[in-house]
Amino acid sequence: MSATPEILDVGGLSVDYVLPTGDVRAVDDVSFTVDRGEFLGIVGESGCGKSTLLFAVAQLLAPPARIAAGSIRFKGTNLVGLTDTQLSAIRWRDMSVVMQSAMNALNPVMSIGAQFSDALRAHGKPSKQEIAARSAEVLRMVGIDPVHLKSYPHQLSGGMRQRSMIAMAMLFTPDLIIMDEPTSALDVVAQRALMAQIKDLQQAYGFAVIFVTHDMSLISHFSDRLMVMYAGQVDELGSTREIFDRPRHPYTQGLLEAFPSIRGPRVPLKGIPGNPPDLARLPAGCRFRPRCPLAVERCAQVAPDLYQVDAALVRCLRVGDASMSERADEHRSLTQ
Amino acid sequence: MSPTTELLRADHLARHFKIGGVTSRRTLHAVDDVSLAIGEREIVALVGESGSGKSTVARLLARVYEPTAGTITFGGKPVAAIRSRRDKLRYSGQVPMVFQDPFASINPVYRVQHGMLRCLKLHRRELSGKQRLDEAARVFTVVGLGADMLQRFPHELSGGQRQRVGFAMALAMRPKLILADEPVSMLDVSIRIGLLNLMAKLRDEEGVSILYITHDIASARYVADRLIVMYAGQIAESGPIEDVLASPKHPYTQLLLSAVPDPKAPLSQVTDRGEPPKVVNPAPGCRFRSRCPLAIDTCAQVTPVLAELAPGHEAACHVAQAGADVKAFAS
Repeated sequence: MSATPEILDVGGLSVDYVLPTGDVRAVDDVSFTVDRGEFLGIVGESGCGKSTLLFAVAQLLAPPARIAAGSIRFKGTNLVGLTDTQLSAIRWRDMSVVMQSAMNALNPVMSIGAQFSDALRAHGKPSKQEIAARSAEVLRMVGIDPVHLKSYPHQLSGGMRQRSMIAMAMLFTPDLIIMDEPTSALDVVAQRALMAQIKDLQQAYGFAVIFVTHDMSLISHFSDRLMVMYAGQVDELGSTREIFDRPRHPYTQGLLEAFPSIRGPRVPLKGIPGNPPDLARLPAGCRFRPRCPLAVERCAQVAPDLYQVDAALVRCLRVGDASMSERADEHRSLTQ
Repeated sequence: MSPTTELLRADHLARHFKIGGVTSRRTLHAVDDVSLAIGEREIVALVGESGSGKSTVARLLARVYEPTAGTITFGGKPVAAIRSRRDKLRYSGQVPMVFQDPFASINPVYRVQHGMLRCLKLHRRELSGKQRLDEAARVFTVVGLGADMLQRFPHELSGGQRQRVGFAMALAMRPKLILADEPVSMLDVSIRIGLLNLMAKLRDEEGVSILYITHDIASARYVADRLIVMYAGQIAESGPIEDVLASPKHPYTQLLLSAVPDPKAPLSQVTDRGEPPKVVNPAPGCRFRSRCPLAIDTCAQVTPVLAELAPGHEAACHVAQAGADVKAFAS
């Protein structure tokens, strides 16, 4: 175990989809770190590369996807280039993944208990009693009665399936759990209960979480830091509170303004006009420019870097402009 | 909001499904005793969890299912009396559905125009070929798609554009009431607002009423005039949307509201871990009682029915009807 607080350090990661018509870069030069016990939210629309990024970090990419550049250092080891055998030693034990659809991730013809025991036996030779004890323990941790170890996935409700996936991810109390929209198939009440539960477990057991979602409001109270992705790139990265209070990228601002609220006055919203770009035919300059209400001529010529603004990183050429700061402040007054 | 001229009403609608084998006596009560009215130029949001029966209500209103009990009245006439093919076509043109999955609801092997023109040919027989093309172009423009989109294939359109095609098709039939079943839930957040704005535009400019089925209360509030909350096949609460949100009477509505993620408000404490019951051969009693912190003895014996607690604002809760100030879940 390294002494640094970072458990995961992703540097300059690019992922290409190798297609006959030419390579398409789905993740473009993404860098971020996750500290021990931290909750990082990754937000973006469909096609922004968030799921590809997550699959790359978990080393689950399959052709035609391929890591074109960059490193993924997990507890000091670069995962890029490790063999399956080496990865197997890490999976479940140090890092686990909870997929979006538990119904597809769980084996429909095996009981929950049998699947737990499979994972446990992949890392050592536990006795039957040890398997039973640990399986029951993790199920209790997520609030499911251990009698359901005998249940098959179809016998559980959506919320219970998703919770049993999380229980399975915690079998070895890993250092990092990666979650890909684990709540999107659930109803709002179940969604909320699951979020609270993830947070409680995280506080109790100290694992770090990378949580990918398209719904910013869902993680507003749960994540420590937030990374907003657009068209394969990081658009904004900073503390969750800061981004919600003072979103600096026009895309982040647009996303936040796209949520109607159940409180306060009913205000007309505009959403974000247009659609995300086709990654095979990216516009010149800033990728958000065609949809951006604040674009100027310069945005069509210069591809913006990630600029440091206070504690946040923002990919926008106009971020230093006075009018932009005003807009961010305006947003703050609008939402309070 | 004062009630507008009534367009459609449903009285004591029920739909039961037999489940299990041939000899099974188990009946799933997908919808029980649902009464609702939709006025002209009105968007009514029907909100509930999955399995609460909200899609079944839409299908009953669209006559995809025959009701097990109850009646539907449209424009003052009972819908069950519609027998001839011509009248059925007329009804489905006046009350079309827009579906959740815009990827599955357009035939992928034809240009978008194909479905549009067939729809016009079937439902608007008076139009000539040229007029059909003009009408297709007109409705496309109304929903915010260029007329050139008619020549595209579905795979060339984004999810938001496809969903607009769904509304364009509905609009081409000159509908009175569009039954929109989760029309935005598969779309990206930044696209959703555009569709919600389109629904408001159809109401305001085309005079269409919409039954907006959703599980997202915030989006319901954004477009709807009235709100109906369903739980386990029954209506828990209904009323003018601002009234219901400002003072929800039913504990379930309070629970729903407390669970809505809101970055602008502090995190509310939701302790509920319950799940809606499967309503198979139900006994009398309130179906929410096992999750309800306020349940009293009556709740286990008598099924609560809707009663008006404020003007136009009804709830089916014994505790609320007894005059108590219901505060089951703080939002």
